[in-house]
Amino acid sequence: MTLTPLRRLLILAAGVLLLAGVGTWSVLSAAGRAAEDDRPRPGGPAFTSGRIALDEPGRLVFRNTAAGPHRDRLVSVPADAPAGATRTTSDVSCLRFHAAAGTGVCLQATTLLGRPSYRAVILDERLGTLRTYPLAGIPSRARVSPSGRLAAWTVFVKGESYGTAFFSTRTAILDTRGWRLSPNLEEFTVVLDGRPYRNRDVNFWGVTFAADDDTFYATLSTRDQTHLVRGSLRARTVTALTRNVECPSLSPDGTRVAYKKRVLGTAALWREHVLDLRTMKSTPLAERRSVDDQAVWLDDATLAYALPADTGARTDDVWTVPADGSGSPRLLLKSALAPPAPAAGHAG
Amino acid sequence: MYLADRSAPRGSTSAPDRVRGTVRAVSPTVLALGTVSLVTDVSTEMVTAVLPLYLVVGLGLSPLGFGVLDGVQNGVSALVQLTGGHLADRVRDHKLVAGIGYGLSALCKPLLLVPHLGALGAALALDRTGKGLRTAPRDALISLSAPPEHQGRAFGVHRAMDTTGALLGPIVAFLVLGAAAGGYDAVFAVSGCVAALGVLVLVLFVPSGKKSAGGGGKAAEVPAAGAPREEGTDLRAAFGLLRSRRLRALFGCAVLLGLTTVSDAFLYLLVQRRTGIDEQLFPLLPLGTAAVFLLLALPAGRLADRVGRRAVFLAGHAGLLLAYALLLWAPATPALPYLVLVLHGLFYAATDGVLPAAVAAVVPERLRASGIALVGTGQALARFCCSLAFGAAWAAWGDGPALAAAAAGLACCAAAAGVALRPARPARPARLTGDPR
Repeated sequence: MTLTPLRRLLILAAGVLLLAGVGTWSVLSAAGRAAEDDRPRPGGPAFTSGRIALDEPGRLVFRNTAAGPHRDRLVSVPADAPAGATRTTSDVSCLRFHAAAGTGVCLQATTLLGRPSYRAVILDERLGTLRTYPLAGIPSRARVSPSGRLAAWTVFVKGESYGTAFFSTRTAILDTRGWRLSPNLEEFTVVLDGRPYRNRDVNFWGVTFAADDDTFYATLSTRDQTHLVRGSLRARTVTALTRNVECPSLSPDGTRVAYKKRVLGTAALWREHVLDLRTMKSTPLAERRSVDDQAVWLDDATLAYALPADTGARTDDVWTVPADGSGSPRLLLKSALAPPAPAAGHAG
Repeated sequence: MYLADRSAPRGSTSAPDRVRGTVRAVSPTVLALGTVSLVTDVSTEMVTAVLPLYLVVGLGLSPLGFGVLDGVQNGVSALVQLTGGHLADRVRDHKLVAGIGYGLSALCKPLLLVPHLGALGAALALDRTGKGLRTAPRDALISLSAPPEHQGRAFGVHRAMDTTGALLGPIVAFLVLGAAAGGYDAVFAVSGCVAALGVLVLVLFVPSGKKSAGGGGKAAEVPAAGAPREEGTDLRAAFGLLRSRRLRALFGCAVLLGLTTVSDAFLYLLVQRRTGIDEQLFPLLPLGTAAVFLLLALPAGRLADRVGRRAVFLAGHAGLLLAYALLLWAPATPALPYLVLVLHGLFYAATDGVLPAAVAAVVPERLRASGIALVGTGQALARFCCSLAFGAAWAAWGDGPALAAAAAGLACCAAAAGVALRPARPARPARLTGDPR
């Protein structure tokens, strides 16, 4: 059969109609699902509007991931009975959030020229905006020091690798007293195996702060290895301590680091461990599932972390486990990301 | 294309007249291939634009959870290009091989819907393979459908249309995400439909390139079954091309210059560091390059037809050298990032289509795709080596000295290229310099 120009155009028109139909249908069904996501589900948590304060004793403040109009908002519940509690909502949305001593850091998504764009917002104790910092990529980790003076965040940056399709991380530390920003930990001096170390493939993520507002711990990755590093903000140095440690989290007493340890080669499988910094001995925790989160210490004996919920996509549940390897995991919150430790007072 | 034509350098006719003139002078094959590339690039760039978001927000990927697939894939893609070019000449059907390449990239889109990193890696690998397969036969089709004196213009039109698609892709993706929050599956499905449309346009409107044709339509006949294969399209003949002095000169120049062309990712990083622009604007830097490339691709191609490909090709590299120099020594004025991006876009406009046009002029028709693939592969592998070397130099000496080394290398290689690409003998005008009119 020869194709006349008219036949060609007819076939093209039919093809365009068919493909446009499939495309439109997929967009409409996805839009339908998005709308469904915005409707509260039966069995989900109850909400009330009210006042949230970061320094209010005995309350947990966290990002709510339950389907409905309050998805991704910061909410608070009483720390001593968080499970079925009515959630007090704010109008602040965060992808990542952490707070301590009345200072919060909230990593948000916005748009710029029709493209996604991100920023870090420093919050005061009433969730008011103190400062805003543009981010170079997608938010990943956020932390505030125990005193509330330092904040740190990690983002993914596309286009920094030797190729083009994948991306590296960038970690910044902010001193809120004087608002001094160290925009890139990669500019710090690295000491690895006792020697100064330089390599373009160095990446940092997951900062956690000690109480002295100078010392911090973080993950350093280079040559397909991850290291636990201890850093000094004043000296602008980091020193590698041990290998295969990701997303460290320093205990309130400053003696131990909870972290995720990669098991099974390069597969995305991690087990949560606690490393004693005095003996450098690691203890696996009772949680047997793969934890991909920077855990938080609710107190010196208890860790909290998020795991994907079985109920739906894009939703996490928060679990707790004893920090000494004993016991078993317990569900703390449904549809939430792990909350920072409650403000001092009568902690739950 | 109208956009591109507006910035054409001169001519006393009114703009619409010039546009009509250009459209008439460009064969339907080139316009059809340009449309296929535009549509396919919309599809590809839709995925590229949302992939990081999908990996991190959609799949909940942790820092650096995904492997470093990328470097290896670049190398593979270059070798696949050689295969694609050779195959196309061997089966004497450029359209078939290009179609398989476009088809692979369309077929892999549904794989993205599987929320698993393995499936995702496979989809990306298939997409690269498809891109590698189609590049050389497509460029051969373009060159075979344009008369020698209009090669630059044909490639210019094609590259402008191609870049238009690349610019539109992310906009389409975020329109979809705007209509359906978190609807990454819808983005991938629409991307698949768009890619299928590209294949459909190719099948319906692009002639097979079996014969050379000035117009296009008459080359559309299906090859007769069992047609005797002409001698000299096998692998030995393909590599035998390198015995031709003029192709060897082009190949050598492409490799030499590729070895000193700092990859886009590094260049944008240097722009960001040297000019201290807002980190938030970092993702917008490639848009600047693409916009300039789009505006100048056709004018640069026409200029190459008029004043010679060698001059335009070398001028493009001079632009890149100037961009390096600005990054190294210019004070950080607000205009600096714009200047660098304009020069970077100019570099692409003056070289990306001009090089295959130059190759086409020195390679016989039966080995057209092989020749283009040979030079393209050499260039791609050289650029990949440059990336590795530049990364190592950056780590060892810091960004400034690394760039200074690249600039010095580029200056030497460009000078060498200027000598190597000289017309063979003044008595016989070399094709590379274009037909003087």
